[in-house]
Amino acid sequence: MVPSLGGPSSKRDRMHVNSPSKQPLVTAAVGGQQLYISQFPCSHHTSQIKTMDPYNASESTPRQSATSGLKDYFIGATPLQRRLESVRKQVSVLPTPSRRKIPQCSQLQEDVDPQKVAFLLHKQWTLYSLTPLYKFSYTNLKEYSRLLSAFIAAEKQKGLAVEVGEDFNIKVIFSTLLGMKGTQRDPEAFLVQILSKSQNREGKVLWTGWFCCIFGDSLLETVSEDFTCLPLFLANGAESNTAIIGTWFQKTFDCYFSPLAINAFNLSWMAAMWTACKMDHYMATTEFFWSVPCSPQSLDISYAIHPEDAKALWDSVHKTPGEVTQEEVDLFMDCLYSHFHRHFKIHLSATRLIRVSTPVASAHTNGKIKILCHKYLIGVLAYLTELAIFQIE
Amino acid sequence: MFLYRTYTVMSPQKRVKNSQAQKRTSQGRNTYQTSLSAWKVKEKPSDSNIWKQNPVEAHEHVDDQAEDTLQMAVGYFEKGPIKTSQRKNTILEKHLKTVENVAWINGLAPETIDILLNVALSGKFGNAINTRILKCMIPTTLISEDSVVKAISWLCVGKCSGNTKVLFYRWLVAMFDFIDHKEQINLLYGFFFASLQDDALCPYVCHLLYLLTKKDNVKPFRVRKLLDLQAKMGMQPHLQALLSLYKFFAPTLISVSLPIRKKIYFKNSKDLWDSAVLAVRLRNHGHFSEPLKLTLVPVDLHPLKRKWNSHSVIPKLNSGSYTKGHGKKEMSLSDHLSCNRSLPLEQLQSFPLLLQNIHCLELPSQMGSVLNSSLLLHYINCVRDESLLLRLYHWLSQILQEECIWYKMNDYEHGKKFTNFLDTIIRAECFLQEGFYSCEAFLYKSIPLWDGLCCRSQFLQLVSWIPFSSFSEVKPLLFDHLAQLFFTSTIYFKCSVLHSLKELLQNWLLWLSMDIHMKPTMSSPLETTLGGSMNSVATLIHYVGWLSTTAMRLENNSTFLLHFVLDFYKKVCDIYINHDLPLVVLLPPGIFYASLLSLDTSILNQLCYIMHRYHKNLIAAKKNELVQKAKSEFSFSSKTCQQFNHYLTTMVGCLWTSKPFEKGISIDPKILEKSGVVKFKNSLNIVHHPSLLSYAATFVLQESPEERTINMSSIQGKKWNWYLDYLFSEGLQGLKFFIRSSIHHSSVP
Repeated sequence: MVPSLGGPSSKRDRMHVNSPSKQPLVTAAVGGQQLYISQFPCSHHTSQIKTMDPYNASESTPRQSATSGLKDYFIGATPLQRRLESVRKQVSVLPTPSRRKIPQCSQLQEDVDPQKVAFLLHKQWTLYSLTPLYKFSYTNLKEYSRLLSAFIAAEKQKGLAVEVGEDFNIKVIFSTLLGMKGTQRDPEAFLVQILSKSQNREGKVLWTGWFCCIFGDSLLETVSEDFTCLPLFLANGAESNTAIIGTWFQKTFDCYFSPLAINAFNLSWMAAMWTACKMDHYMATTEFFWSVPCSPQSLDISYAIHPEDAKALWDSVHKTPGEVTQEEVDLFMDCLYSHFHRHFKIHLSATRLIRVSTPVASAHTNGKIKILCHKYLIGVLAYLTELAIFQIE
Repeated sequence: MFLYRTYTVMSPQKRVKNSQAQKRTSQGRNTYQTSLSAWKVKEKPSDSNIWKQNPVEAHEHVDDQAEDTLQMAVGYFEKGPIKTSQRKNTILEKHLKTVENVAWINGLAPETIDILLNVALSGKFGNAINTRILKCMIPTTLISEDSVVKAISWLCVGKCSGNTKVLFYRWLVAMFDFIDHKEQINLLYGFFFASLQDDALCPYVCHLLYLLTKKDNVKPFRVRKLLDLQAKMGMQPHLQALLSLYKFFAPTLISVSLPIRKKIYFKNSKDLWDSAVLAVRLRNHGHFSEPLKLTLVPVDLHPLKRKWNSHSVIPKLNSGSYTKGHGKKEMSLSDHLSCNRSLPLEQLQSFPLLLQNIHCLELPSQMGSVLNSSLLLHYINCVRDESLLLRLYHWLSQILQEECIWYKMNDYEHGKKFTNFLDTIIRAECFLQEGFYSCEAFLYKSIPLWDGLCCRSQFLQLVSWIPFSSFSEVKPLLFDHLAQLFFTSTIYFKCSVLHSLKELLQNWLLWLSMDIHMKPTMSSPLETTLGGSMNSVATLIHYVGWLSTTAMRLENNSTFLLHFVLDFYKKVCDIYINHDLPLVVLLPPGIFYASLLSLDTSILNQLCYIMHRYHKNLIAAKKNELVQKAKSEFSFSSKTCQQFNHYLTTMVGCLWTSKPFEKGISIDPKILEKSGVVKFKNSLNIVHHPSLLSYAATFVLQESPEERTINMSSIQGKKWNWYLDYLFSEGLQGLKFFIRSSIHHSSVP
């Protein structure tokens, strides 16, 4: 089962091995056993495509969303008809728009509480899509805290002895995440936290979940004012807690949670878009995981690249200022594939991409993500919101 | 005077008696005579003959006697003890025995129970006697609510001992189901609740409250009281039971958790009366199901363990008061519980109730639950609330996507679940006579991935319920994918697709004809004019025409398939007359000629019928066109008329005048020579048509059975007419209609 792995061949490659900081890793793990081979992944490609113009993302003007033009088209239609229309549009232009903006630092993010943002970063979040909340009101957050904590306590203690008079040992806090939005039309994001309550000191956070909508125009256009659209829900904590809280939301606001998985196609997009982000300094490596379905154990291939190399590769395939096109994504991935094939004789294109980690964020196909870079938080969330909206349509 | 018999053995009479008893008790206190004078009056029922015929007449006699002694006994108790002497005690004992015997064998009438309850609780006799009386308070069939209320009033006077009280509550619990009404008893809820203070009574009162509690009874102060009690007395199963019921009604009020494992909360109070209760139930069986139904305690006291999104596909029906409270800012919980002007869904059990409360119905907190409630579907049908439909839309879209099997691994169990769910949706759509938008959206996403096998019937039904819209818009999303499956699948699949397209056409036509008559100017954004709508329908018909023509080629002109195709056109040909919509679309030549030259008589017959209806529709359309010029924008193209006339001449040529294909089709004489059919011109008429040939032969044989060679050409002149009558008598109605309408009698050769 061990693939024949070609060792470093050229002198150039060896030279790069000597500088550990720039040492990219190509790792192939077979049934748990890992083999590390040092490689410089992009040397061949960079020389081939050097002629392409490098470009600066921040100079570009953001392209108008393709869907915003729909609004005029549906004047007078009922929300349902508008929804159906958008589904038709969505289905007929499958799979997804062929070009997207490169994530950028959003102006709106300035008024976000930095502490809260820090709290959201570097945590693993499980993604869910959420249909619009019916009769949700931001003025009732306190009441919701009370009701939800009662609900959780009741659910949790089921089957145990009751000690009357004792307060629940948990506390639920609803709070808004001010400024966490793409446009002014986006509803305010909010955070739900469950804290353990002990007598003397500040409680420990047991579970956190937050709801947001970044550039959710296409969804906002299709619902009436009774609804609050927060299509993206991110949870961190025990799955059982997520289940209880989700159930409460579903019962109270007649909404529906579905786990949001990310397919390989979208993972490639993430890889490209996040690689394209300009970073002052790189904190983490860029790494890809592929899975080869074979029995008895699946073969996982990990492919780590120094982020600067990844960026160099991206810059060489990138043409359109300010945005990422489908073509570029394909080309970017193809370059990685062909390099890998050159050395290991493995066609990665025949395997399945299951995880992408970049200095900006990392995402797993099972819908778990971790956002690392504060600067591109909104950009990452915008794409995730888009995926969530796609799922609920 | 009102007749009353205490007990009988036969059920028919009992039924009479029961209904009388019911009438009597329901008349209220005024007519309710406690004095035995009225009660004692006996009168033979008017239908005494029946009594006479009764085989158990002798038995009746014995009963009559027993009744007399019972009346005496009751009378004795009612008067109360005169003096307690030894002799009196034996009399008392005798009467008590009488009552006990009757009670345990046949039960006591409501009146008797009323009197004896009074006796037992008023403390006229000693404790031992009271206990014995209470123990034999077994109804024949039911107990009047008034008696119970009166009995309860005795509890306040304090004339009876604690033991008697306990026994009375136990009795009340055991006999709860046999009390005819409970409204007044429920009004005493506060009184019972106060009795919880009494430690001895507490378990029994709890049980009674458990049976009695309605949602309105659950108040914050009561919850507090119960929790206090629990704090004082510790975890008592009966208190827990009551608490869990409260929690069921008002989950927000009670945050303490309650054990779920414990099933038996109450010691069986019925044990004293076990056999008696069983006997009463047997007697009541079928007669008094209604009072039983009214007392049903929520069946599902402990909802199933909640799993994440998976306990049940369709959510349970819960009224939305829970959510509604959040809308108003300063709404306290007690407000939220006491504002009961609107009707909670749990109480919505009948159509009349729906009608009465339609203005103040609490909608379910999860709209998906309406799928399981036909009453709410009625409601949805008449309420055009956009947000209500949106809630349903979002939920249904997600569920369909999540449950759909081919998005997941193949799982038979799950597949069945999904099929059932689709069936539920289709039932709801049929009920509403309207498709759901979410199903349409679901089809767009899933049809491209569909294998054509999985849930086929459900999928095709969903297709037929696609709401009316522009066909050309739906086509690339749906029908193009369906066409791929259509052409590559078996003939049976083709037939089912054609069938569902026929249903789709019918649904669209019904919707359009309704819509046009309700609002002359259509507000739909997709189709702004009637012409646009008609255009969409016409495109659908043309599309099906294309599908069927190709399918006919693929399936070698299968008769089976042709049946389904013609079935579709049977709908198409009558659009103008049946639906009053200005549209006539003819069937394509590929179908027309295949049907005309089919070897199957029923196909020809069907075609004749369709042509006949086309004829009628076109004539009606023409007439209308002349009358009102307003509709001129929908004038049928002269092409349609020309085409129809061409079809008609061809048919008449083939069936009647033996001059087939005079125009349009020219056949090389060489080919004709080769085929050996030189006189082809005479080969096609009602006699020689391949599908009618066997009829002609049978006809000729019937006329002259001795004939050795059958001479078809003998069918001429008068015989031709007889032959026609013969064909019609064989059930070829379509042919009959066609010939009657298209061929004038004068033209008969």
